[in-house]
Amino acid sequence: MADITLTVNGAARTGSPEARKTLADFLRDDLDLTGTHVGCEHGVCGACTVIVDGRAVRSCLMLAVQAAGSEVTTVEGLAPDGELGPLQQAMWDSHSFQCGFCTPGFVMQATAFLSGHPDAGEQEIREALSGNICRCTGYQSIIDGVLLAAERNREVRP
Amino acid sequence: MKLPPFAYEAPTTVAEAVDLLVEHGDEASVLAGGQSLIPLLALRLARPAVLIDINGIGELSGVSADNGQVAIGAVTREYVAEESSAIADAVPLLAAALPLIGHEAIRSRGTIGGSLAHADPAAELPAVARALDAEFVVRGPSGERVIQAAEWFEGYLTTSRQPDELLTEVRFPAAKPGTGSSFEEVTRRHGDFAMVGLATSLVLSGGVISEARLAFAGVSDVPVRATAAEDLLAGERPSAELFDEAARRATEDLDPPADLHGSSDYRKSVAAAVVRRGLRAAADNATRGSN
Repeated sequence: MADITLTVNGAARTGSPEARKTLADFLRDDLDLTGTHVGCEHGVCGACTVIVDGRAVRSCLMLAVQAAGSEVTTVEGLAPDGELGPLQQAMWDSHSFQCGFCTPGFVMQATAFLSGHPDAGEQEIREALSGNICRCTGYQSIIDGVLLAAERNREVRP
Repeated sequence: MKLPPFAYEAPTTVAEAVDLLVEHGDEASVLAGGQSLIPLLALRLARPAVLIDINGIGELSGVSADNGQVAIGAVTREYVAEESSAIADAVPLLAAALPLIGHEAIRSRGTIGGSLAHADPAAELPAVARALDAEFVVRGPSGERVIQAAEWFEGYLTTSRQPDELLTEVRFPAAKPGTGSSFEEVTRRHGDFAMVGLATSLVLSGGVISEARLAFAGVSDVPVRATAAEDLLAGERPSAELFDEAARRATEDLDPPADLHGSSDYRKSVAAAVVRRGLRAAADNATRGSN
């Protein structure tokens, strides 16, 4: 057990996770942030993707103790006041998701990707999301939603 | 599954890490980016008693170019290497391979040294290291030693690093003028491990290939140099006929593993295709570079 302090969605949080506890389980079990989903638990499905220090990471492939001092954003951090963020709204409008299990991973991966590639086209978005698995949609509606978010973002930029 | 229990150590210097390796030997695993080791723990394919987390060792991160070499600290993250202008300028083959490693989220955490110490024969970095004859610097209780890439990869997920040694740095030679390189691979899905991958580096002088380096990923239990093809190419002018013959020679002695993604014969014909594509791409960008 080690005491750690990290910033999650803008707030300082502390905890004493066992060394073997992943960041995903720490977020869910210790901080009660169950928006981050745990799918395969070995880095294949992408459902547990969160943003750590500005980069998308798989929170099942990182120990909670390794996140000490880091700044973590989870899907809860995208809609702090209950209002959907622009990407979430575009995905809602595009009927991107069905069952919702993979949703937080896709949303966090797309958030990280669009922040670095605001002008991304369809092929780049497909490649950027290729590490996330969805078993419902066939991916087309997800790509549509991210493309719509990128388009709307371009419209509002000066 | 949840990870099995282990004792956790987080040294902040190489000396401390080596002391811990001496103490625990093969009971310990070194944790770098964790993108291969943590899945092995989750699947119970690895059960180390002790994890030695080297992410907090600052001296192991960074890229420096000096004396015709680019030295990369073992814990340098793959995305950092991807963004490095020193690597883009001096080691174009490595720069070509980096974006193909896993997915973006994997490269956020994954490290250069971690991938090369894990030594998955289907991964990109081992093939690049083998093609370019990279040097591996390890530190152990009796000091430092340098291991050539040809001796580093001993078998499936096995290197010549001893249990009490830590990989600290990997050195790649800077490309000579007239170098063209490419990393070609065939995967089921963008970001997956390659069914077959090929690292290619050609040096062209006066329109003639003066040096050819080709190394396969995914065809054996270690990355494999295509020496018969390299010997054929040296001294020749690039042409489709030459590259066809190089593909034949590069693959005639291969016996790639079969799995549910492809039979051995299929992989062999994919290997020949990536040789032709890789040589064409490398020759094209060598020609462009010299203009």
